[in-house]
Amino acid sequence: MDELAIVADGLRKRYRDTVALDGLDLAVPEGTVCGLLGPNGAGKTTAVRVLATLLRMDSGRARVAGCDVVSEPRAVRARIGLTSQHDAVDDVLTGRQNLEMFGRLHHLSPRAARQRADELLERFGLTEAALRPAKKYSGGMRRRLDLAASFIRAPRVLFLDEPTTGQDPRNRNEVWDVVRTLVSEGTTVLLTTHYLDEADQLADSISVIDRGRVIAAGTPAELKARVGGSQIDVVVAAESDVSVAATAIELACGGSPSVDALARRITAPAAEPVAALSAVLRGLEDVGVTAEDVALRRPTLDEVFLQLTGRPAAEKTASEEVAA
Amino acid sequence: MIARLQWSVYDTWTITRRDLLTWIISPVRVIGELAFPIMFVLLFGYVFGSGMVVPGGGDYRDFLMPGIFAMTMAFGIGNTMTVVATDIERGVMDRFRSLPMAPSAIVTGRCTADMINSFAGLLITIGCGLVVGWSWHDGLGNALLAVALLLLLRFACLWVGIYLGLIVGSPEAAGSVWGLLFPVTMVTSAFVAPELMPNWLGFLAEWNPLSSTVGAARELFGNVGANTADSWIGSHAVLMAVVWPVVISAIFLPLSVRRYQRLSR
Repeated sequence: MDELAIVADGLRKRYRDTVALDGLDLAVPEGTVCGLLGPNGAGKTTAVRVLATLLRMDSGRARVAGCDVVSEPRAVRARIGLTSQHDAVDDVLTGRQNLEMFGRLHHLSPRAARQRADELLERFGLTEAALRPAKKYSGGMRRRLDLAASFIRAPRVLFLDEPTTGQDPRNRNEVWDVVRTLVSEGTTVLLTTHYLDEADQLADSISVIDRGRVIAAGTPAELKARVGGSQIDVVVAAESDVSVAATAIELACGGSPSVDALARRITAPAAEPVAALSAVLRGLEDVGVTAEDVALRRPTLDEVFLQLTGRPAAEKTASEEVAA
Repeated sequence: MIARLQWSVYDTWTITRRDLLTWIISPVRVIGELAFPIMFVLLFGYVFGSGMVVPGGGDYRDFLMPGIFAMTMAFGIGNTMTVVATDIERGVMDRFRSLPMAPSAIVTGRCTADMINSFAGLLITIGCGLVVGWSWHDGLGNALLAVALLLLLRFACLWVGIYLGLIVGSPEAAGSVWGLLFPVTMVTSAFVAPELMPNWLGFLAEWNPLSSTVGAARELFGNVGANTADSWIGSHAVLMAVVWPVVISAIFLPLSVRRYQRLSR
């Protein structure tokens, strides 16, 4: 029990007409990254808000860093850090003043708060911008300042609620690097994301959430294995060849392939990868289709998600990006 | 218990300090906010003032200044509301709530900062009044009492602002709500005596809580236009300048606290 940094047992939370959490269970070992993966509205943010003591659950029990979320909220707050989609920093204050303020609110003395602020600025590469108002920071700098703010007391548990939503690839990589460093120093991270590659990159274990409950959990590799071993990708040279090739590939692999006509790509599961690969090559040659590229690979989490929920995660992501 | 109290004082100061630092970092913004009442003094004192009549006679700027003071206090609703709404939208409120600080300090710190800012604003507006020829004529004691009543009004506005800020939840919405509230702060005895308005409007203006503070300030500063009305509300300005803010606070303080607690539901 002591080795679990986060334990959630049957968390339930309903709003007037929607069930946000429907008996969510979670167990995250100390010093690991757990990814909460799911489409928007699956209950990821609600789960984080409950565990970070921002939201009261209707029923269930949860302990974070050894403290009960409901009966010892202050003890929990002293042990956690929280970073949400927003850059929750004061725009007018400088980077340093922001960190000093949050340090004081962590009950460091004014002097200790200042010292900690300088350390964190250094560590998150913001020393040069320390005296500038946060308003003038670039997107990546604000994100780092926000992360630094959730790191005042070197929290035992860090909640990252979609930390890279709306960030460009460079900022995402920066955030990932920071998270990896923190984890290597012993912090436990609960990361929510709808980016499958993000979970793939960072998480030791993944809980896939849908409609307020965990529908699958395991390491990224275990989840991928559920889709059934490897996938075979074939890109044909001509668009007119796609349907002919798809039939040939289905015959060779024995499973129904998914087709992306625009990219001229056909993807099929391959239970026995090597045999399937040569069968596919032979099959394509027999129907006279030229392949531009043939690749054998592990399935992506996208495919895992599609199989588990019956609908793609990416579709939601795309519509959200349009809305944003 | 005592340690807990000490921490809430420390936390309150930290939140207050956050706001006061704005004075140092972005004085232009602060000056901009303070310039608003000054603009009103110039606009009404000189532009509109040329055509204004004071019942019972007397200098219009002498009549106007207490109105401007009370208005400056009422504008506090907009400021408080915007800051609270911005903190909510930007997730700063959530961050505060996830810290091991005293939760009450988020509100008490806001109050302290707003009261300090408003007091400074009031002093500057008073200074501006002195420059354009306004003064108090009834002793410093009464003048200080008038200032106290003005600050009491600001205190009441604080809770209205916090409550509305918690409800609207974004600075844009706060702007729209303030757009609706702004005229309410104008239908008062601040600029024109209610006796000179159409009956129904004059009635509304007299019963506007702001008017009681304006009337009380005129009376205590010894400015013209005090006690000219023959209505009950008009002749009990000082009493009502205490009653209104107390009643408003008694309504909106618990509402704000309840609304704040509902953030975790």
